[in-house]
Amino acid sequence: MEPRASIGDWVQIERIILRVGERAPQVPEDTQATPLISRVKGFALQEGAIGEEMVVETVIGRRASGRLVAIEPSYSHDFGGMIPELLPVGGEALQVLRDRGTAAGDKEVSQ
Amino acid sequence: MTTVRDSSYSAVMARRNEILSQALGMDYSKFERGGLAFDYEAMMDETGFSLDQVRTVQAETGVGNTPLLELRNITELVRSLARPGKGARIFVKDEAANPSGSFKARRAAVSVYQAKQQGYPGVISATSGNYGAAVASQSCMRALKCIIVQELFDGRMVGQPEIMEKGRKCEAYGAEVIQLTVGPELFYVMLLLLEETGFFSASLYTPYSIAGIETLGYELAEQVVADCGRKPDMVVVTHAGGGNITGTARGLRKAGCEKTVVVGASVDLKGLHMASDRDFNRKSFTTGHTGFGVPFAGWPDRADVPRNAARPLRYMDRYVLVHQGEVFYATELLARLEGLERGPAGNISLTAAFALAQEMDRDEVLVVQETEYTGAGKHSNAQLTFARENGIVIRRGDPAENVPGRSIVIPEDHSQITARDFPLDRLRRSLVRNAVGSAGVDKITQADVAFLIEETRASRDLVIEELKRLDLPIC
Ligand SMILES: Cc1ncc(COP(=O)(O)O)c(C=O)c1O
Repeated sequence: MEPRASIGDWVQIERIILRVGERAPQVPEDTQATPLISRVKGFALQEGAIGEEMVVETVIGRRASGRLVAIEPSYSHDFGGMIPELLPVGGEALQVLRDRGTAAGDKEVSQ
Repeated sequence: MTTVRDSSYSAVMARRNEILSQALGMDYSKFERGGLAFDYEAMMDETGFSLDQVRTVQAETGVGNTPLLELRNITELVRSLARPGKGARIFVKDEAANPSGSFKARRAAVSVYQAKQQGYPGVISATSGNYGAAVASQSCMRALKCIIVQELFDGRMVGQPEIMEKGRKCEAYGAEVIQLTVGPELFYVMLLLLEETGFFSASLYTPYSIAGIETLGYELAEQVVADCGRKPDMVVVTHAGGGNITGTARGLRKAGCEKTVVVGASVDLKGLHMASDRDFNRKSFTTGHTGFGVPFAGWPDRADVPRNAARPLRYMDRYVLVHQGEVFYATELLARLEGLERGPAGNISLTAAFALAQEMDRDEVLVVQETEYTGAGKHSNAQLTFARENGIVIRRGDPAENVPGRSIVIPEDHSQITARDFPLDRLRRSLVRNAVGSAGVDKITQADVAFLIEETRASRDLVIEELKRLDLPIC
């Protein structure tokens, strides 16, 4: 069953602001080939399934309408993966300080 | 009866000045002096705030008075490379200690205060950066509604991790965040919202915003004098739109630091187009890069105000570029050698400082003028992982071998960090051409020439030569 938003749910909606062909003249070619899309979050003022048009009230009380794209949207950005190229940098620099006999270098006993 | 206004792109852009004058609460036309010229200092005075008053306003919301920290171990590492007697002491102003985690709180503080004083019900800002969180936080403190408009997604609806984090932070402070795909029409969306809501436009580029940064330059001067018994010899500033360097340098001057060398630093993203959908997610830096730094220095009046209060060429003594890989390296140094884990943009000036301090005497003082907070999305690992997912090669080697959008090269050794001077004359010539082009004049007066010299701090000869190239009579 398609997930549905109920009235009062925290949702994210999407709207096309400028279609392909309506973009500003100074926009480069690759961007011209895409529409300008806007997303905003708010509390659903009506029920609806993903993909359906609805009206929401944003956190500051403004009304906005658009197509439902997410129900209870969450933050997905994170700290990424381990970066092997960065990992040794600190140890190498500390080794330079150790070789110069400075206190900061002494503190670090291993890489 | 209310009239329904035409909301097409061209119609809204055509009434931009009308919308902005309502939303900025300031009549910019009175500063125009005919021809190319306008009265910059009169515009800056229009805020009506002295530096002390700005400090008071900022103190009310916990902004400013950030610590100045000496980076002893990084200084020692610099001295391992410097010639005898060289290697300046490096300090950093820990601007991450501001309420929203960056110096942008200073800019937002005065704008939001002003919006409140003038009775606006809320504020709007179009920004994908730390400024959004700053405006949201200050609005929260002063009980104003806040809308932030961000450029976040490419055409695949993939968001830049750092901008996602900034959006999250705005929402944490109770702001409405409108998230757009790539394109300069962000400005059009902002105009529509200003019209709909009647909110104040908390632009990054108003005199209020710049007055807010003056306290940063002033404070750091006071702190260096107290700690070192001398004025700062050099201050290095991460440069993008130019407000940071303009406000800081003005603050330094107000503190009597006329001889302090003010250096702008940007990460070199040559070859990546700012409004390109394809290039958007191939940038591992969302600010402090040449994509903003070069065009804004060469022509400030490309912003969301009639006249930009950020005018970097008036203040910049040098402009230096660093490579992406060097900044990630310097970020590691700051965390592992100094115990300070801080975000990406502030470390652009730190990277440049690492190279510049090697040329300076040991008893001289160099200040890295800011840090910013770090976190999910903004972290080096997040940015580099995202870069890899977008096909960018990450490797160690000579950082100069990087190709923005294709590869990022992490130095193998601290001696590979360099700061390359970008010729200021190129920016100066560009400003002369842009000033003439945008004013659409067919002759140049002596007053125009004097104005261009002030704007660029170029020699008269350079200005005249560039005007002659444009074939304009000077009378
Ligand atoms: C942390 C940080 N540093 C530096 C800058 C650059 O400031 P400006 O755009 O005023 O040159 C920004 C702004 O984007 C920023 O967020």
